[in-house]
Formats: sequence, C-alpha cells, structure tokens
Amino acid sequence: MLIRHAPDIKSSEITGFRLYLNRRSFLMGAAALALAPSRPAAAAPPTGQSLKATRHEAFAVPDPPTKFESVTTYNNFYEFGVNKDDPARLAHLLKPRPWTVQVDGHVARPKTYDIDELIRLFPLEERVYRLRCVEGWSMVIPWIGFPLASLIKRVEPTGKAGFVEFTTLLDPEQFPGQRKGLFGFSLDWPYVEGLRLDEALHPLTLLTVGMYGQVLPNQDGAPVRAVVPWKYGFKSAKSIVRIRVVSEQPKTAWEKAAPHEYGFYSNVNPTVDHPRWSQATERRIGEFRRRKTLMFNGYADQVASLYAGMDLRKYF
Amino acid sequence: MSQRTRFALKTAVWEACLLPLALLVYRFQTDALGANPIEYVTRTLGDWTLRILLASLSMTPLRLLFGISWPMSLRRLLGLFAFFYVCLHFSVWIVVDHFFDWEQLIADVFKRPYITVGVLALTLLVPLAATSTTRMVKWLGGATWRRLHKLVYVAAVLGVLHYVWLAKKGVVDPFIYAGVLGVLLGIRLWDWARRLATRRWHHAETESVIRRLLADGG
Repeated sequence: MLIRHAPDIKSSEITGFRLYLNRRSFLMGAAALALAPSRPAAAAPPTGQSLKATRHEAFAVPDPPTKFESVTTYNNFYEFGVNKDDPARLAHLLKPRPWTVQVDGHVARPKTYDIDELIRLFPLEERVYRLRCVEGWSMVIPWIGFPLASLIKRVEPTGKAGFVEFTTLLDPEQFPGQRKGLFGFSLDWPYVEGLRLDEALHPLTLLTVGMYGQVLPNQDGAPVRAVVPWKYGFKSAKSIVRIRVVSEQPKTAWEKAAPHEYGFYSNVNPTVDHPRWSQATERRIGEFRRRKTLMFNGYADQVASLYAGMDLRKYF
Repeated sequence: MSQRTRFALKTAVWEACLLPLALLVYRFQTDALGANPIEYVTRTLGDWTLRILLASLSMTPLRLLFGISWPMSLRRLLGLFAFFYVCLHFSVWIVVDHFFDWEQLIADVFKRPYITVGVLALTLLVPLAATSTTRMVKWLGGATWRRLHKLVYVAAVLGVLHYVWLAKKGVVDPFIYAGVLGVLLGIRLWDWARRLATRRWHHAETESVIRRLLADGG
C-alpha cells in the first residue's frame, strides 16, 4: 500500500518537546476571562525509563505534541476507573513485568511472547500520531512501537483469518475498575477490541511499547497497546495479553455495552454523530478553541480506500 | 432563633456556596484545572448547581421531619445560588466551550436531548429567580407565588435528567443525585398524603358527630 508523503509533514515544523513544555498554552484564550494569572512555566520532563527508537518522519504529523503531563493524567482507562484521573492515581497497581502476549488463532505459527522478547523482535520507530477520543477531545502523541503487521505476518495467518482480536489483562487486583462495584455495572471484562485483518495489517496500525522517548507509562496501556490513529481512541486496546486471529468479527467491549453508540468500526468521522453529541468538532488538549474534526482523523489519504463503497453511517 | 444566629447562619451559607467558585478561580490561577480545563470547569459548575439546588429542596423536608422552621429562612438564598451556578455553567458552555458558535449551539439544543432538558431546566428557574424578592411575593400573593414556585420540582427533575443522559456508562454520580431528589420529593409526597388523610378523617368525624346529633334530636 502506498503511504503518501503529505507535503505538510516536515520534521523542521515539529515543535520540540521541551520547547513545547515551556509554551504558555491554552491561556491566551482563557485570558478572556480577565483574571490575569501568574503561571509557572512547564511541567517536569519525563522521568520514565528511556527507550530508543528511530523517528519515522513519514508517520509524523506536523501538529505540536501534547504536554506529556496531560497525556499521563487525563486518561480513559476503565480498568482503573471511570474518571479521567483514576488511571494516573492507580497506575502503580499494574505490574507490567513479567508479562506475556499470546498470539494465536488462525495462524500457522502461534506463539506466546515474553514482553521483552516482543520489544526486541522488530526495530522500534517513533511516530507522531493524532489521537481523537470519542468524547470529543484530541491529543498529539509521539508513540514508540512497530507495525502490528510485522507481528501478524510473522505468525502467518491462515486462509481463515478475517479479523484480529485484542484482549486486555483481566486482573481485578491490578485493575480495580474490574472489581464488582456497589452499583454492579461497568464493562464486560476483560476488555476486548478488534480490527478487520486489513486494518490490522495497515502500515499505520502500531503495536506500541513507548511514548515521548520512554517506556509506556502504566496509565497509557503498559506494557503493550495498539494504536490505530484513524479510529476513536477506545479502539486502541491497552495492556494487551492476547492477540488472536479469528474468522468472525469480534464482539468488542463497548459494542456489548452500548451497541447503538459504539460500532465495531468507530472510524473518526465528523459527519456521523455520536447519538448523544456531535462529532463535528473536537478540543485539542492544550488549545482553547475547538477545531474541526478531520475525516479519518486526518488519515483519509492512507485509509479511505479500506472503506470504499461502505455506508459509513451503517458501519459506524 | 435570635437575629444574630440567623445572621451567622446566612453568612455561613454564603461562604459555603461561594467556596466552590473560589476554588475554581484558585485552580485557574495556579494552573491546576487539569488537562482539559474547560470540561473541568463546566462539569464542576454543573455539579454545584445540582448540589445547591438539592440543598434548597432539603429545607422543607427538614421542617417536615424534625419540626424545625429555621431552615426555611435559607431556602431563597440557596435557590438563588443554584441559579447563579447554573448561569455560570450555561455561560461557560456558550462563551468558553463553543465561543458563540450560535449555529452549533442552537442545533444542539434541539438535537441533543440532554441539552434540551438542561436548557429547559434553566429556563424554568428564570421566573423563580425573578420573583424571589419579598416585594414580588407580596405582589403575586402567597398562593400564586407558591403555585409558581412548584416549578422548581420540574426544574430539579430535568436538571438531574440532564446529567443522567449525558454521563457515560459506569458513572454513578447522576444516579446518586436522582436518589437524593427522589427522597426529597418522596418526603413531600408522604406529607401531602398524610395531610389529605387527616383532613378526610376530620371530615368523617365531623359528619358522624352531626349525624349523631341529628339522630338524638329526632
């Protein structure tokens, strides 16, 4: 598949992470509130274990990356809890080592990989992707990982392969959100997500083990997660323990919870609203004004062909 | 209750009701509103609207259950603070969140049920706030004023519904608000039924006495 080198993607245009940290973000607009505040500059730089990766410019959007602090304190990760600050608060409960990922299903060479073996299997790349949450906010994140396609091809899918199913760790000890609460309900654990095989094999689809030059923090899906940048964030399964190649379309966690609201495809699409709110605009974290949401989150050139002839209202 | 205690009580209510706003301003100035400040501010203002509105609706039940009348003197103050917070909540939505994008805003009011009921609840509170002064109560007359102010029950139900419909799955807060509102309205219903029964019993009693007197006379 041809990945077009969009003219707007230039490494020189990317604001450095440190430089970005010093930026007085969001404020210019909020200053309209007429309360001239004194703001200390910048959050602390990343402190996690560093992870080497080669920057892949063809896969780097020109938008400045979101503050690391925001990406690690504002998370939807229901395994820790339903509130945005639950994951950062409870992240220490997750033990990302030892960890294995079982890769099986309709494949010729099923195998259970140790996480450290998996990380060394393919060269790590840094890719700067947009992330659009179904709730109407977005971020820009420099991920580190390798194409999921490399791993899938290595285990050799058979003729019966049609979809790829991801399963997140099930362990209420490490994930308090999975415990039975007073009011019973949350999601049907473990969290299951899925992609069509061609989506899983798409060069943009990243199996991710790090971000911002360091090992993936627990609250962002350690030790390994998927990143599918043209779909709403919840499609990118976190803390994966199993990748299964299947023939039937997987029944995903959010589809089971609210089928009329969260479809299997869940491609970012400004023209198909969530039943309860508009998807036409989004708030980029760190920015004041809303911006228009782009078709396939701005990746239409690369992925629109996957859905040629499909009614995207029906297959939302 | 002495004049001084009443003054102290009202001062305490003022302070308690202004505290959440002060905290927001403080968090704004110290850059502690989190990664998505606009969402945080909107949600916090909405939360406090409901909390204060439910507090204002708790004053009558306190009187009914414990026979104390002083909470009644706080009803108006609490109701006005709830209105104050809902106005801030609404303004942030229009000005900060959508920056006067009227086309989108108006479309949302008609298209999104949770916004429809939210705007409706706010609208219902406007005449109540406008007729909150002692002069307005006199001008309307107690009976009319009381009938008009029953709208607060509708506004509260719509306000809670607004939260129930917008919240994502797994969030229990809106159901807690719904439960509290249910109890507060339930106590009123119980009191109403009780008074109705007492009145009926009195009627029946009077009737039987008259009948007995008539029978004796005949």
